[in-house]
Amino acid sequence: MTTYRFTCIVCPLGCAIEVDLKEGKVLGVRGHTCPRGKEWAIQEVMNPKRVVMSVLPVEGGALPTVSVKTAEPVPKERIPELMKFLAGIKLKAPVKIGDVVAEWEGIKIVATRGA
Amino acid sequence: MEPSEIPMLSYDVVVIGGGPAGMAAAARARELGLKVLLLEENDYLGGILPQCIHPGFGIHYFREELTGPEFASRLAKRLVELGVEYKTAARVIEIENYSDLEKVVVFASPGGVCQVWTKAIIYAAGARERHAFEIGIAGDRVSGIYTAGEAQTLMDIYGVLPGKEIVIVGSGDVGLIMARRFALEGAKVKAVVELMPYPGGLARNVMILRDFNIPLYLSHKVVEVRGKGRVQRVKVVKVDENFQEVPGSEFWIEADTLIISAGLIPSVKPLRKIGVEIDPATGGPVVNDRLETSVPGIFAAGNSLVINDLVDYVAEQGELAAEGAREFIENGGIGSRKWVKVEKGPNVRLVVPHYLSGERDVYLYLRVAKPMEDVELRIPEIGKRLRLPVVKPAEMIRFRLKAGEIQRAEGKLTVEVVKA
Repeated sequence: MTTYRFTCIVCPLGCAIEVDLKEGKVLGVRGHTCPRGKEWAIQEVMNPKRVVMSVLPVEGGALPTVSVKTAEPVPKERIPELMKFLAGIKLKAPVKIGDVVAEWEGIKIVATRGA
Repeated sequence: MEPSEIPMLSYDVVVIGGGPAGMAAAARARELGLKVLLLEENDYLGGILPQCIHPGFGIHYFREELTGPEFASRLAKRLVELGVEYKTAARVIEIENYSDLEKVVVFASPGGVCQVWTKAIIYAAGARERHAFEIGIAGDRVSGIYTAGEAQTLMDIYGVLPGKEIVIVGSGDVGLIMARRFALEGAKVKAVVELMPYPGGLARNVMILRDFNIPLYLSHKVVEVRGKGRVQRVKVVKVDENFQEVPGSEFWIEADTLIISAGLIPSVKPLRKIGVEIDPATGGPVVNDRLETSVPGIFAAGNSLVINDLVDYVAEQGELAAEGAREFIENGGIGSRKWVKVEKGPNVRLVVPHYLSGERDVYLYLRVAKPMEDVELRIPEIGKRLRLPVVKPAEMIRFRLKAGEIQRAEGKLTVEVVKA
């Protein structure tokens, strides 16, 4: 059995939650104050996801890069692959904020800054 | 150029700084019918937001989670729609205060030097970062030492990775967020070194360290940098509860880059020059509940007023200052029958604003000195009590006082955070 410990980020309370995991199954959750915290902690252990942000080089804009984010959270262990994909992209101005500038495995890459 | 040749402009209010506080202030001032000019020294609006490409902004102000550039662009769009006049690449050289409704702002821009007459000024110039010398790091003068904000500008505006093996000083939000950016972009973050016995940032940002297996050294400090031309290694030492170095505890970390993320200091130099009273606890001006400084008609908002952790509060302060400017111009001053002074009690490190009129509801912003659990925020003079499960220095507490509550006070209100 493995016990994962972390600070809950659902709200400012910052509960210290512990999740016991054995062979891919959650055996117990401790330390949470509310059901949302419990749910978050289980997701965090079973399938942690993050919104990923980066910058892409852009030609002909006011600034040399545009910032981008994934339109949805990405499984944590796949983030390095996504970053490699992003490293190969170059854009040309004009780029508008909100434009979908690329797509990776069905996940849209959205510009968060114009150029 | 002879003084007579200097172009002369005239406005109701000049806003200094085009970050979130300044943009929100300028937009609100325009909405209130004032003739407003916004001056920004950078080439683009937004202050530090365009380089803060991570999400987490705007949950209170726009009720939506945005990245920094997105938050900035929403405010900039509002400015344009309202027809607010603004100048970028405009650096303020001097503020002159002739009388309550006669002030001059002198600025330089690519068009030359310009002076503007104005009735009121909203000062929203933000903050600067503490640098390596201020926190007592000794050693070689080498390249590869940056503040977190400098590294962020390099990486997220210019697309340049500042180094490959990185040590970060300070575990506040800025340091933690930069740790994630370095790790994502393929640099190795070898350590985050924190002087205090607890992390300095919000819980959601402390989690970044676990995401990327970055070691956090609490109660440690970087004391020395060594290298030939470029940083090669940094010396870390443990400190005791009085921040004294523990003999024999030092160790070296090999790194090519040292990032200093040791806190922000409000930029108030032009305000000091005209005699604005500064609060040593915040580093920003002493203000009343309209965010007016001790010089009538000069208002402050955002990180120039007090270091905030949420941009939402920064924008809120900008709007509040704009409302103050309108009242000041209409009535020739911010009046009150009596001013109630806000004083700091146990475990309150800072609180803003400093003087309340009791003529309107007000938000107080405060920070505690040390973390505590299961506490009450109390104002004994008026019997106010607010239960708080957890307080941390990293998280600003914002709470509302009603005009009626303030009126019940005689001369002062003491804010304290004590065990419930």
